[in-house]
Amino acid sequence: MAWDFESDRSIYSQIIEHFELSILSGELLPGAKLDSVRELASQASVNPNTMQRALSELERIGLVYTQRTNGRFITQDLSAIENARNNFAKKHIIDFLNRMQSLGLNKAQIIDLIEKYYEEDLQ
Amino acid sequence: MSNILECKNLRKQYGKLVALNDINLELPEGKIIGLLGPNGSGKTTLIKLASGLLVPSSGQITVGGNAPGIESKKIISYLPERNYLDNTMTVNQLIGFFGDFYPDFDKNKAVDMLTRLNIDSARKLKTLSKGTKEKVQLIMVMSRNAKLYILDEPIGGVDPAARDYILETIISNYNEDATILISTHLIADIESVLDDFVFIKNGEIVMQSSVDKIRDEQGKSVDALFREEFKC
Repeated sequence: MAWDFESDRSIYSQIIEHFELSILSGELLPGAKLDSVRELASQASVNPNTMQRALSELERIGLVYTQRTNGRFITQDLSAIENARNNFAKKHIIDFLNRMQSLGLNKAQIIDLIEKYYEEDLQ
Repeated sequence: MSNILECKNLRKQYGKLVALNDINLELPEGKIIGLLGPNGSGKTTLIKLASGLLVPSSGQITVGGNAPGIESKKIISYLPERNYLDNTMTVNQLIGFFGDFYPDFDKNKAVDMLTRLNIDSARKLKTLSKGTKEKVQLIMVMSRNAKLYILDEPIGGVDPAARDYILETIISNYNEDATILISTHLIADIESVLDDFVFIKNGEIVMQSSVDKIRDEQGKSVDALFREEFKC
């Protein structure tokens, strides 16, 4: 089943995000082996060159490592995963804050609303 | 990186009708490239010139450095728009036929793909459904170890499941040194499979870029861009 891609951003960046999310949510566990580029490209229904570039970038940021002849694995470095979690959260929070500010809410109001709905959601 | 296909001031006229007007185009090695344009824009004319089925009115076209001919045909694997195979042949005979014709034909690969699709190789082509016939044709073309694959409308006229199969076959058989040129107007279906694309309009190249570059710079898909560019 092909992965879903949005049409307003590069496929490359969406592949990276897909892996980040899978790693952060625990769907891909530290040390897990990844399928080959060709298999992954086929599963996602994307260009193999684009998949290759995305995996190289994930390697560069330390979420994935290559073992010669054995293939690619998810990092076992938990601090790298924690780091990625922070970056991911930061990006989404900034997006969220920008949207709330465009609605005319200030910091105190945003925090109030978060607390209110956070509680409701937990119940 | 070198180019697998080059056109210099390439022009093709049918009588007074100009099908391609002074085209300059370079296609690099190792990419999957979409040749995108509406009906009658010149896609098939360009493909037929590359495969040597038509001769330019003026200008040049080279594939792997050679003008279309024996040498270029060795490295091009071409899927025409229409079914061109002998319907009275069985699938097995077809495999033998391709093996005799093309030294780079990988028989095992073809048999493998046919088996996975549960296609009975003893059947004659005329007994196969349209969709199955198209799959068989694509399998033949993708089982060659060519430098340039030219697929003219490979996903037109088949159902969405067959379309997915065809795209998967293209992805899983793609070798990174080869270039695949796919002509189509069904852009949304193949966009994520393409590295680059070429827009062709009224016999002229109006844009050549990479899919992700357009998405990053313009914040929209190539499909959306196409709809704007070719708005009726």
